Amino acid sequence: MPARVVKKRRRKLAQSSRALGNGKRLKVEDSARLAVSLPSRPTWPYVPAPETHDYIKLAPRYELFVGGKWLTPKSDRHFASINPATEDVLTHVADASSEDVDGAVRAARVAYEKYWRRCPGRERAKYLYRIARAITERSRELAVLESLDTGKPIRESRDFDIPLAAAHFFYYAGWADKLEWAFPNMTPRPLGVAGQIIPWNFPLLMAAWKIAPALACGNTVVLKPAETTPLSALWLAEIIQHADLPPGVVNIITGGPETGAALVRQPQLDKIAFTGSTEVGKEIARECARLHRRVTLELGGKAANIVFDDAPIDQAIEGIINGIFFNQGHVCCAGSRLLVQESVLDLVVHKLSRRMQTLRVGQPLDKNTDVGAINSKAQLEKITALADTGEASGCTRYETKCALPARGFWFRPTFFTGVSLSHRIAQEEIFGPVLSVMTFRTPDEAVEKANNTKYGLSAGVWTDKGSKNFKIVSQLRAGVVWANTYNKFDPSSPFGGYKESGFGREGGVHGLLPYLER
Amino acid sequence: MATRAVVRKTHKLYIGGAFVRSESGRTFPLSSHGQVVQIARASRKDVRDAVRAARTAWPSWRDRSAYNRGQIVYRLAEIIESRRDQFVDTLRVTGSALGAAEKEVSAAIDRIVWYAGWCDKIEQLLSTKNPVGLSHFNVSSPEPTGVVGLVAPFEPGLIALISVVVPVLCGGNCAVVIASEREPLSAVAFAEAIVTADVPAGVVNILTGYRPETVPTLAGHMDVNALDLRIADEAQDAAAAQLACNNVKRVRRHGEPPNRFWYTGAAQGPDWIEAFMEIKTVWHPAGV
Amino acid sequence: MAFVPVDAVGLEERASVLATRSIKRDSKIVGLRLAIACMDLTTLEGKDTPERVKQLCRKALTPDPEDLTVPPVAALCIYPEHVAVAKKALRGSTVKVASVATAFPSGLAPRNVKLLEACEAVAAGADEIDMVIDRGAFLAGRYRDVAEEIAAVKEASSPALLKVILETGELATYDNVRRASWLAMEAGADFIKTSTGKIQPAATLPVALAMLEAVRDYEDRTGRAVGVKVAGGIRTAKQALQFLVLVKETLGDDRLDARYFRIGASSLLNDALMQLTKERTGVYQSEDYFTKD
Repeated sequence: MPARVVKKRRRKLAQSSRALGNGKRLKVEDSARLAVSLPSRPTWPYVPAPETHDYIKLAPRYELFVGGKWLTPKSDRHFASINPATEDVLTHVADASSEDVDGAVRAARVAYEKYWRRCPGRERAKYLYRIARAITERSRELAVLESLDTGKPIRESRDFDIPLAAAHFFYYAGWADKLEWAFPNMTPRPLGVAGQIIPWNFPLLMAAWKIAPALACGNTVVLKPAETTPLSALWLAEIIQHADLPPGVVNIITGGPETGAALVRQPQLDKIAFTGSTEVGKEIARECARLHRRVTLELGGKAANIVFDDAPIDQAIEGIINGIFFNQGHVCCAGSRLLVQESVLDLVVHKLSRRMQTLRVGQPLDKNTDVGAINSKAQLEKITALADTGEASGCTRYETKCALPARGFWFRPTFFTGVSLSHRIAQEEIFGPVLSVMTFRTPDEAVEKANNTKYGLSAGVWTDKGSKNFKIVSQLRAGVVWANTYNKFDPSSPFGGYKESGFGREGGVHGLLPYLER
Repeated sequence: MATRAVVRKTHKLYIGGAFVRSESGRTFPLSSHGQVVQIARASRKDVRDAVRAARTAWPSWRDRSAYNRGQIVYRLAEIIESRRDQFVDTLRVTGSALGAAEKEVSAAIDRIVWYAGWCDKIEQLLSTKNPVGLSHFNVSSPEPTGVVGLVAPFEPGLIALISVVVPVLCGGNCAVVIASEREPLSAVAFAEAIVTADVPAGVVNILTGYRPETVPTLAGHMDVNALDLRIADEAQDAAAAQLACNNVKRVRRHGEPPNRFWYTGAAQGPDWIEAFMEIKTVWHPAGV
Repeated sequence: MAFVPVDAVGLEERASVLATRSIKRDSKIVGLRLAIACMDLTTLEGKDTPERVKQLCRKALTPDPEDLTVPPVAALCIYPEHVAVAKKALRGSTVKVASVATAFPSGLAPRNVKLLEACEAVAAGADEIDMVIDRGAFLAGRYRDVAEEIAAVKEASSPALLKVILETGELATYDNVRRASWLAMEAGADFIKTSTGKIQPAATLPVALAMLEAVRDYEDRTGRAVGVKVAGGIRTAKQALQFLVLVKETLGDDRLDARYFRIGASSLLNDALMQLTKERTGVYQSEDYFTKD
């Protein structure tokens, strides 16, 4: 074939119209490409791939786990726990009154004084190892339960929540008999009895984050799971019972906000640990200040995810997607503000909008689901209201185009462009799958905008230039900074916030401090 | 009625994840329950093979997460606990009273659990971020040294063996162990527990035999990075230490303490892990 | 040439999440059929003979004589020596003849010899040419030489379709895979291909993902759709489905087509057939029941 024909053909190809991912494809007229005998436009949908769950046996009712026994609440009141993906009632759990709270704290105090404070560290360690191993053994059913109760995809509870919960127990088990090495020249002593209140976004994991270090340090606990997600904590209570943990070392009491308030002000506690909203956190802080009581808080966030033009772009897109849509955005450290360098704004928005179309929103128990249900009706209303302000104030809305199930609480992954710092969606924590996209021109500007918030839990930085990473990381006022990654957790890695995101750390050596007296 | 004939065990070396006879075919006798059993007698070539197995296994042992190593060490404790009777018996064969043997096995298991919890913490203990000045980010952290040769104490049979071997593993190193010739049954039982606990092949290698025939080869081997010597005989100890200098091995020499030492707090510690680690310091500029 | 850095950890994480996709029942059946229809059934051994090639051609045309709904493969991939025999055996069918060329697998021969080989293969009837890039030149930084050679082979093998083998295992880093992919596309490749299959590592999910992302970016930039072929070490149906997932979720369903995606494999075919039969009958299968042509 003559060279000029070849050249002409090549030039024609290069000059073809540009398709920018809007679905139009150039027809390549190349005689070498002959049709293959298949339908001309193949489609390959994934059929539903439900995780087997008919073996999950839930009792019709659960009581309070106090002093190693299951006790009916004094009020004899129970409330329903529902599956947010279907609105079906899963079971009923006890509603602890302040009398029940007193009973639980008493049991914890007795266990502490009579046994646990005298128990050698190596024995405490072995109990915690038992719990870790038991969680791993029953991990599949725990994962299914967690997805049923929270609405999160089974892939996440199976691959993230449950294994990490087991890992936290395993890690802290190892500290129980090594506390004298944790801090130089310090003889650590436990505080006594800790009251612990955890949120609904990672129920079993948050229970592990609270219970493991407290017990490793020699404390006993009274834990109150969140109102909408009590079930995995109750199964953890069963595991703890089977592990023959001495009665009263761990007490688990379910209930609503009143139960939590009663726990915070219960006079016989030495410590309060709280993870939840900043609003409630401030209330708790006030109460603890009044009582001269030790407290650690892990509150809300509005993290900036900073993308520079020299970032590994496709991995940055994954980091952005993961940062805000993982766990339906119900993450305190979610990367809810995207700060993108203006020179790559169009590219990033283009890739983001295309990538979000492959997010699979659907039934939590389907193994292929990426984004599950919103945890509760109340939360869905909050997210919807805040997202609507974005649109109302002139920001451009992008959404995953997908059908949503008729029943249950659902919200399409969303992002807004044209956002400035003063927009409500840039200031307030939405705690849902809604991302606000803003721009910056220089590194200093990025840092300034990232830090310009009352929160300080986490942040992300994306650049391929190492020295820029180290510099930016040192300037960000946040307790957890992810460079070229996002949402990474490990039991050995301390987690906690600056400013109104709270104080105190969970994980790592520093995670022992909230539970020790020096 | 005829008495039942017991199926007698063959006692082999443990190299590269498999139980093998010595390539020399030699054994040495040991009295056990009134019979004479033959124990594999390691040769220089067995030592060579063990070092090669350890070196081959090292990159992937080192590259496992600390959490994973901790789980494997914990599983070792689970396995020994589930085989208590076997271990108690191996100690009684060489003269321990029942109560003392039970105590030794419990102490050994608890020590393994203790070390399992160090795997994912030793790095935190030994690392520092160093304040070298604003322009640079500087971090020091420990890494495993590589292949460690160990000459296990003559006795006690179990607690002393695990006290020297397990911390080496926690740091991410691989071990070649010259086991006690007085207590080889405990060493063989330990090797069986290693295999059952899914410790990867080659990470631990156990050679039963005579010290004069094995220690010099191990001490002088150019592909062994460190030595842990528990030799009371001064001449043997000195000779090994001299040979170790050929490739600048890191050497710990302790002689042989009295048996009760192994039950004290001094017989365990993060320093036992740190002894076989190297500190790496990394600099990186911090500037846009 | 636009260089975009690739973060290895992030890339591998994305690939491993996509590998958890659960492909069941009808999705599995459709997927396996797609995999077969996109297969370049391969034999590239020094001991290949005409009879061996003819038998493979029969297999290519009718992978499962017990189930004639199973489509034929996309192409047969062989050495130039056997192109004529294959062409004759496959005459009248949709199965293409793909020939390796350019001193496969090393690529280390004089330029004129490599071009002649490509030319001769096409003259003998090859519809497609699978060439290898000069990895030595690439790793030495002589990118222009590599590109020129690809363009020259494209010209010499016209009108055959050109697949460019990057030999990703030798390129070692994802940055290099990205660079080589882009370079090959700009030089005129119709397909970029992971490996010769003669060394490990060959086609891994992260490597394929990096290449698919490069193809997507190139199409955004120029409007031209380039195909991706994964080859080397793909032996199980499960792996094949995982690669299909990558294509689907990176480029879209309409690229699950032999015009844009190929799997170079040999033993994969029988594993796919076994899986298909298992879906149809409900029981796990034995190798004895599937022909090893």
